[in-house]
Amino acid sequence: MTSLILSTATTYLLPLLLLLSVYLLLHGHDVPGGGFVGGVVAAAAFALYAIAHGVEEARRVLHTHPRTLIGLGLLTALLSGVIAFVSNEPFLKGLWTTVTLPVEWKLGTPTLFDVGVYLVVVGVTLMIIFSVAED
Amino acid sequence: MLIAVVSGFVFSLAVPLLHRTVRNVTDWLVVLLPFSLFIYFSFLTQPIAAGGVLSSSHAWAPSVGVNLSFVLDGLSLLFAILISGIGALVFLYSSGYFKGHSGLGRFYAYLLIFMASMLGLVLSDNVIALFIFWELTSLSSYLLIGFDHERSSARSAARQALLVTSVGGLALLAGLLLLGEAGGSFELSQLLREREAIRSHRFYVPIVVLIMVAAFTKSAQFPFHFWLPNAMEAPAPVSTYLHSATMVKAGIYLLARLSPVLGGARIWQGTIVVVGAITMLIGACLAIKETDIKRILAYSTVSILGVLTFLLGLGTRAAVEAAVAYLFIHALYKAGLFLVAGIIDHETGIRDVTRLSGLARIMPVTALAAAVAGLSMAGLPPLFGFIGKELLYTATLQAPLANSILTAAVLLTSALLVAVAGIVSLGPFIGRTMTLSEKHGGVPLTMTAGPVVLAGLGLLIGLLPNLVAGRIVSSAVGAVLAQPAAIKLALLHGLTVQLGLSGLTFALGVTAYLRRDALRRAVSRFDLGTALGPAKGYSLTLDGMTALARLQTRILQSGHLHIYLFIILAVTVGLVGSWLVRYYGLMRLEGWADIRFYEFLTALVIVAATIVIVRASSRLFSVVALGVVGYSMGIIYIIFGAPDLAMTQFSIDTLTVILLLLVLYRLPRYARYSTTLERLRDAAIALAVGVLVTGLTLAATAVPPISQISSYFAENSYLLAKGRNVVNVILVDFRAFDTLGEITVLAVAAIGVYSLMKLRGNGSDG
Amino acid sequence: MQTVMAFVVGALYAAGLYLMMRRSIFKLIIGLALLSHGSNLFLFLMGYLTRGGPPITPPEAVRPVAPFADPLPQALILTAIVIGFGVQAFAVVLIRRAHETLGTDDLDKMQSTDVD
Repeated sequence: MTSLILSTATTYLLPLLLLLSVYLLLHGHDVPGGGFVGGVVAAAAFALYAIAHGVEEARRVLHTHPRTLIGLGLLTALLSGVIAFVSNEPFLKGLWTTVTLPVEWKLGTPTLFDVGVYLVVVGVTLMIIFSVAED
Repeated sequence: MLIAVVSGFVFSLAVPLLHRTVRNVTDWLVVLLPFSLFIYFSFLTQPIAAGGVLSSSHAWAPSVGVNLSFVLDGLSLLFAILISGIGALVFLYSSGYFKGHSGLGRFYAYLLIFMASMLGLVLSDNVIALFIFWELTSLSSYLLIGFDHERSSARSAARQALLVTSVGGLALLAGLLLLGEAGGSFELSQLLREREAIRSHRFYVPIVVLIMVAAFTKSAQFPFHFWLPNAMEAPAPVSTYLHSATMVKAGIYLLARLSPVLGGARIWQGTIVVVGAITMLIGACLAIKETDIKRILAYSTVSILGVLTFLLGLGTRAAVEAAVAYLFIHALYKAGLFLVAGIIDHETGIRDVTRLSGLARIMPVTALAAAVAGLSMAGLPPLFGFIGKELLYTATLQAPLANSILTAAVLLTSALLVAVAGIVSLGPFIGRTMTLSEKHGGVPLTMTAGPVVLAGLGLLIGLLPNLVAGRIVSSAVGAVLAQPAAIKLALLHGLTVQLGLSGLTFALGVTAYLRRDALRRAVSRFDLGTALGPAKGYSLTLDGMTALARLQTRILQSGHLHIYLFIILAVTVGLVGSWLVRYYGLMRLEGWADIRFYEFLTALVIVAATIVIVRASSRLFSVVALGVVGYSMGIIYIIFGAPDLAMTQFSIDTLTVILLLLVLYRLPRYARYSTTLERLRDAAIALAVGVLVTGLTLAATAVPPISQISSYFAENSYLLAKGRNVVNVILVDFRAFDTLGEITVLAVAAIGVYSLMKLRGNGSDG
Repeated sequence: MQTVMAFVVGALYAAGLYLMMRRSIFKLIIGLALLSHGSNLFLFLMGYLTRGGPPITPPEAVRPVAPFADPLPQALILTAIVIGFGVQAFAVVLIRRAHETLGTDDLDKMQSTDVD
């Protein structure tokens, strides 16, 4: 399945879609989006890229094996819960703090949890698509 | 008292581990627990004999009236002493019997569970707790009979004992629940006060019948007696402990415990006396027939259990006195004889009494203990057994009904049991010395201790009966009669009718012993048991049930997915559908005015694409149509305020189509396997489900929304969780634990896919 | 509109189940997909269809402005969609392997997977 239009399009689509997915992830707490949505968008971007350029190339662009993402994601989600736990709060209770970077940015354990969800969703989806496609 | 019961359970958890690490210490530790319990209960004899009752209560499930409440009165105390005392000897014996056996840790654990359950059973004041302990004894009995689980005969005997006793267990539960209903409480001490109300209650007869079934199965009464001899597949310590001294007496305990509440009526008295008497005679006859030493002892136990049952059925003061004394006596001598039988089996490997002889020279201590226990069983002075027999005759002579028939029956039974005593405790030890094939190193002390102590106690109590008369027997009799009793036991009462009967019994018994082979043949000739007996009924029932299960499995579990689905769907449509029509009737369809064109168009596209999929003859076509359905779903989500869902749906739909296209050409083409008739049938049921789901949706949404959860989330997502997107806040904050579970499931699914695709084993194993 | 959508749910269920009862394995997969669409829509309807307003608190407010859509079914469906994909992928791969190993796509002939 190599077509010039598809491969050119996906080359430019991939970074754009990834950017969108990260936006969805980070703003998901306030506008439509979140870890699940962001995750599937990113996964769809990589899947399209794999269709156009082959799984090998897609794996190279991803830089890491999907299973690493899954493990990392689960650990991140778990960690976000443990943070509350060791602060003597119920497991997974949301804790917030405000960081002032150039703009004021609220940061909390739910954000971290969402990052974990995002990583797991990307990892799972790509693991499935890649292993089916390589068959 | 809670500690006394619970300690056994707790210890049983630790024992297998302990046994693996510190083997020698464990052997002593397991003896120490029952022994200290024995000491504890022995010290309680004084206050209990003085008329005290110990009780303690711990809430368990108070809302349904179930408590761990324990009461120690004379009857419980008698049992508790037997359980802990004989328990200590049996644990000691086991360490010698199973020396070097790898499963000893497991064995100790089972035996401890049993001991704790049995103690719980006799101490419980709450009938539900009593039932639970009752079932635990059945379960531990199952594990112990099947201890040698590599033999199929042990397994089937274990299963048989479990099935028979659990039939009784179910009856017990039902009976106790009805009893609680009739008496207004689950506490025995309360029920005792409500005896008049219970006796005149309309549940009285069902209660009595159910309780009797429970007691008869547990205590191996006719026609449920067959499981006990078969349970002799168990190792000797188990036969000693469960199947002669304690567990089989749980039924007797139940009858004794409830007789102040339920006793007195004709149905209670009549049934129990008749069943007990039949069991007593049958047990004695079958004991003569057998040649396996353990089965002989088992049948004689059945016979004695019959004696105890019918004595409790009589319910007179003399009968209860005899029953309590006999229970005690029997526990002492029969446990001793079982241990002896275990020693013989262990040392010679032979259990056939016709092949055993002259063992006295090889194991003199064992032979002596056996002889003393045998004399007690035969009821000769100066042993405790003699006192028991005198009491037994006193009870039958004073029986309120049919006293001459009962006396004759007891005479016959006792004479046969004298012969049995001779066969098991004299026969193997006298005569020509056998040559044992293997080198014999003498019976270990741990194993001889039990029989010697038990036989010695039989002798001691026979000589000094008032050691136990005042302290133990009186208070137990008092508990059964529910009024104080002061009992004096004496070895000799002068020249009485009872003494004459005892003499006659012994003379008949000796004659029977001398002609035992002729007698065995005679009994065997009249044996109808194997062809028509309850054991046959049991196996027929079991076969029948297996056949039914197989038939049902073949019909329901055909291995065809479409048949499974068909059954599930048909049942769902039938049950849910009938309910829906009954409560909602045929629904009016409303809200047609509220339709907008583009919404309707989207809905139409979904339905059209669905129809295309069903009718499609090409796989590609159906994949594309599936994509159309997915995207249209996304549009629906957008229209009705769910942008998160729409985005997810669009992306996932893209991924699904990619996935299906990737595997499409590696999967076979569409083929038509079903006949038209099958397709019509499936279409009909599928359409029925569709109609049902539509109906359910309409019914569920016909009422106005009242979800408080949703409004709570909407109200608090910003205020409490600092998030404006309520859906996301639910996922990552309010219900984050659920989400954590869900992403874990996703990870598992991915690993499943990965391993199916990548890790293909060599050969056919995928 | 609720009423119309109720019929759509029924159609998705009927079609999905009909396909799952076919013996050809690819139809099973498609049927499964339709069934999960049907279930998601069913859940969605349980929250009552509300046009427009997503359950999002606008800036300078502390709670979503009514009328807004019920967030709870949305949260349930969101995870259901993603998990549904995982399940479907697993089914696809399982069937693919079964077909490869047993050499048939007739579900009725796939009975001896244990002895092979």
